[in-house]
Amino acid sequence: MAKTADREALRETLKIKLDYDQLTNCMRCGFCLPACPTFRETGLEAESPRGRIALMKATVDDVMEPDVPFEEQMSHCLGCRACEPACPADVKYGRLIEQARDAIELHTKQHRGWVKGVRKLVFQGLFPHPKRMELLGKGLKLYQRSGLRAVVRKTNATKLLPKQLGDMERILPDVAGKGVAKTLGTRIAAKGERVGTVGLFRGCLMDAMFSETNRKTAELLSEAGFDVVIPEAQNCCGALHAHSGETEQAKELAKRNIRAFREAGVDAIVSNAGGCGAILVEYDHLLHEEPEWLEEAQWFANRTKDISSILWNEGRTLPFAKQTGSGAEPVKVTYQDSCHLKNVMKGGAAPRKLLDSLPGVELVEMKDAGSCCGSAGIYNITQPDMANRLLEKKMDDANSTTAHYIVTSNPGCLLQMKLGIERHANDKRMQAVHIVDFLHERIEHSNRPIDKVNR
Amino acid sequence: MLDSQIANELREIVGASHFKDDDQTRVAHSYDGTPMLQSLPDGVVYPGSTEEVSAIMRVLHRNRIPVVSRGSGTNLCGGTVPVQGGIVMVMHRMNAILEVDLQNLTATVQPGILTKKFIEHIESLGLFYPPDPSSMAISTIGGNIAECSGGLRGLKYGTTKDYVLGLECVLASGEIIRTGGKLVKDVAGYDLTKLLVGSEGTLAIVTEATLKLIPPPKHKKTMLAMYGDIYDAARTVSKIIENRIIPATLELLDNPTINVVNDYAKLNLPTDAAALLLIEQDGEPETVERDIELIASICRQENASQISVAQNNEEALKLLTARRSAFTALARLRPTTILEDATVPRSKIADMVLAINRIAAKHRVQICTFGHAGDGNLHPTATTDARDQEEVHRVEEAFAEIFDAAISFGGTITGEHGVGLVKSPYLEWKIGEPGVAVMKSIKAAFDPLNLLNPGKMFAKSARRRVVLERG
Repeated sequence: MAKTADREALRETLKIKLDYDQLTNCMRCGFCLPACPTFRETGLEAESPRGRIALMKATVDDVMEPDVPFEEQMSHCLGCRACEPACPADVKYGRLIEQARDAIELHTKQHRGWVKGVRKLVFQGLFPHPKRMELLGKGLKLYQRSGLRAVVRKTNATKLLPKQLGDMERILPDVAGKGVAKTLGTRIAAKGERVGTVGLFRGCLMDAMFSETNRKTAELLSEAGFDVVIPEAQNCCGALHAHSGETEQAKELAKRNIRAFREAGVDAIVSNAGGCGAILVEYDHLLHEEPEWLEEAQWFANRTKDISSILWNEGRTLPFAKQTGSGAEPVKVTYQDSCHLKNVMKGGAAPRKLLDSLPGVELVEMKDAGSCCGSAGIYNITQPDMANRLLEKKMDDANSTTAHYIVTSNPGCLLQMKLGIERHANDKRMQAVHIVDFLHERIEHSNRPIDKVNR
Repeated sequence: MLDSQIANELREIVGASHFKDDDQTRVAHSYDGTPMLQSLPDGVVYPGSTEEVSAIMRVLHRNRIPVVSRGSGTNLCGGTVPVQGGIVMVMHRMNAILEVDLQNLTATVQPGILTKKFIEHIESLGLFYPPDPSSMAISTIGGNIAECSGGLRGLKYGTTKDYVLGLECVLASGEIIRTGGKLVKDVAGYDLTKLLVGSEGTLAIVTEATLKLIPPPKHKKTMLAMYGDIYDAARTVSKIIENRIIPATLELLDNPTINVVNDYAKLNLPTDAAALLLIEQDGEPETVERDIELIASICRQENASQISVAQNNEEALKLLTARRSAFTALARLRPTTILEDATVPRSKIADMVLAINRIAAKHRVQICTFGHAGDGNLHPTATTDARDQEEVHRVEEAFAEIFDAAISFGGTITGEHGVGLVKSPYLEWKIGEPGVAVMKSIKAAFDPLNLLNPGKMFAKSARRRVVLERG
């Protein structure tokens, strides 16, 4: 009895949260099926966007109960949103899956203990708090440099963690331990003639674990003619919260960011993480039920740009060194799309154009480069089986290119590619690298030594 | 619900993971690409071989359980909705290209292979398989055979029926038959191959097909002609054919369709044009150039306001891909799009376009028209909202009149989508009572217990359009 009452409560919430117009807009033409990684992998209709929308609609229409398998199916979706550009009817699938998860989050008893624990710790206790994120960075640095990591690895203490987390531990980059604003200050002047003023969205994970990439992002922007401001009051973008059904917290974070960048008086907000950028450009939708925020949210969403897009489309041409190596052999690179940069920010072209423009670099397109690598926020931790299947396939395609570098535009993808190389690369010299680091290394620096690529 | 013993028998045949009867799977196989239809099966089975299909059919036959065989469920006539419950048989696992015979120019495939994947493979071998339904990125060859799919290249190259040389099928009883072969000529008895193509899963389950391949055209060119009046565009179509030019593709899009397709594919089309023609010609380079020039001059004579030729293959492909999205893209206007495919002799295209617009106005519904005008196959598409029952009723009335008009022009109720559920009330209009009686006796000869896709093709009563529960 109690169980049925729970299910009915979930159904009622789904009825409130799910946008019925969007559910109806799905024509069931099936054009999304070949774009969906989980459908391609399983061949099962329920694992496709059309199938998932039909399930959502069936729960709202009282055709089926929103049971435990329904909850699980909603979690199987990567949220990569490759189905959206494939949809002629323009169904906002990303919103539907977030609405479904939002409803489920309010009622579910299904999370495995550690998933729930990790999510609570990370989403509520960590990401929204820049100071704590900084501390995390420092802690990681201490762990990595003090010899503790060596001890942990030697004693196989990572075996105490679930396997996937243990694997993730090994591929974490060496962190700098301090954020970009601590390194560069909050204002960096444009080099040469000024093109405009931009705000750097540093991201919480980016700044804790890849703050060197943040520093180089600011330096590239300055090199391209932008004054760069790093508002101290900014915080986590809220993407992981929104994708996991914790919408209220995502909204709070969005408001703080809007305020921070508005006060900074910038022409554009620049993100170097596709996962963050995609929610930043949708702040207007996130806050669409709050009219007093509409104008400001639109201001923010319309001005958010990915680093590659702004460098390629608006910046001065970067002074790339003529040839990095002495030999005639070009450096072979392949580009793995960030799903959210490609499908939501529509920014898949600029990174390729930048890479293609580099002297001595050969861009080799990998098969299905636009298909998700399995990282997908925290998907590779919560759904390791599917994530690992997708990663293996991805690495087959990457191996076929015989590239020296897999270039990415998002920290989650970067870590996943590192994991992929560690597990499946034919040539272990293959490296995964963020596009900013790759570009930065190839800049003709008049007064700076060339930095090593962050490994 | 399916009896648990029968479920276990099916599991034993295909393996536990290839039979499912949970709610999620049942809901996910309760619909196809047709609006407003939904009906849940009792179970879903995914066979891996002809022998498994045969064994499954023996079990279902013994227990009198209906079965709907399907590929990706993209059909537009309700043909794969399990209206009487039973089992849905998904052919995706049987997706091998068994052989490409370069001496006979044939390919032998399993039914679950995706059309586009098959075409790409064939083209990589320097050969050509023309049928290209708009859903080809996800549709299967088996589904194309069941529905006799057409596509953009129909007028010059024909449709699926012109490329199926032989079939292996499982009958309702579980027996296996083979028809045709790698043969150009074969008159040994009735032509069962042609009969089975387009039989919508009502006569047998296709488990293997031998397909005809042809050499690809050497050269192609794609052009667009814009019009200020849709009647001029439609008349151009008839004029081109009258001038004895058969283009590879000759598509018509009206103004609302141009707008939504433009929105989706970002093509920079002139959104104020009343209609456009998308024309492709292929063949020997000199012939193509000459035809395109001639077509352009015909377009100008018929008041085309603007003519442009695609600069390269990439641009041409983009136009054709965009055209394939038209049906779904129309859902940008209203939530529900009801698409039909009334077809007329090519000389009557302009009259048909006028009739559609007159009927739409009379019933106060929006009907957008696009389609394969070159082969007389139009896709009048009503944009509506399934939740507005009164309006949906007017749409149905309008379509009844459109079918009537098509038939009076010497046309048909469906050119390539099939009868399925939604056009079954109108079948008699096209082929008459004796025609229906012959078809019913063919059905009974193949499937005396009426287990294969029951409830399709033949309506209980003519004319009234069936709308099941709100889907």
